[in-house]
Amino acid sequence: MSAKTEAIEQHVPGTTKLFLWVWVALLVMTGLETLLAYEDMAILIMLTLLMGLSVIKTGFILSYFMHLRFERMGLFLMIVPVVVFIICMILIFLYPDSVRLMHMSVS
Amino acid sequence: MNHTEAEAQPIANITWAGGPSPLAVNKKKLGMWLFLLSDSITFSCLLIGYSYVRLASPDWPRPFEFYPAIVKATLMTVILLTSSLTMVLGVHAAHKGERSRAVKYILFTMLGGILFDVIHISEWINLILNEHVTPFHNPWGSPLFGGAFFGLTGLHMLHVTIGVIYLGVIAWGFGTKRFAAEDVEVSGLYWHFVDLVWMFIFPLIYLINVTPK
Repeated sequence: MSAKTEAIEQHVPGTTKLFLWVWVALLVMTGLETLLAYEDMAILIMLTLLMGLSVIKTGFILSYFMHLRFERMGLFLMIVPVVVFIICMILIFLYPDSVRLMHMSVS
Repeated sequence: MNHTEAEAQPIANITWAGGPSPLAVNKKKLGMWLFLLSDSITFSCLLIGYSYVRLASPDWPRPFEFYPAIVKATLMTVILLTSSLTMVLGVHAAHKGERSRAVKYILFTMLGGILFDVIHISEWINLILNEHVTPFHNPWGSPLFGGAFFGLTGLHMLHVTIGVIYLGVIAWGFGTKRFAAEDVEVSGLYWHFVDLVWMFIFPLIYLINVTPK
């Protein structure tokens, strides 16, 4: 019984150095995003790049700050895929339509 | 009725009798994760709905000058990221049993949240009083801009404010040994999530709408 309790209340892994590096990486990506905003490019490319960077940042926050990387795989499988699925489902219906409207209004 | 009640009774009394815990998390942490799951869907819907009208509206305003709006928003991002760092260090200290250090880190995190709120509210006041933006009207273009901006950043600001209060309770309770390290960890999850949501609001609300040079 005590072995089980210990397994649940195990110490949080990760070191101060690791968290500092994650923090630096997040700051660098934020800086990159701000620089990108002033580049002259089509809005859909800009949107893709910014969202790509934000998804990477989310990955860092989820896995290191929120310790998801150090949890059981089951917790990850319970939480992340369903959100990704829902977001994809909403995007499938709305995204092509908003792009269609954007092209219609430009001409 | 009685039949189902009689059947439900023994199930309600069953305690976890043994066997490995499938997710190896305590119930508070699991509850917080489930709340964050639903909250992330709330924010996703709002952000996707906003992105829809943003792309579809040719007259969408792009009012954010480099100074003050973008500089302030970037500063707010840095503040939130830093408060996340102090939070994760606080959780780390809490698990090591260093109570006073953990409380100090949580207080730093709260300070970050308060700073974020102060800068954000100053920006709101500037937009409302000087630029005359309301949720239904603005001087630049599509009237949806105000609703999207105030709705999204307002809901996020509400999360930050609730987070500061939550962390205050946790800091007090952990400092006085009423709460355990796992409570600090659960509050940390909430705080990191608030940070995570801002990582999407910042590019979608601010960076997409910078004033072209």
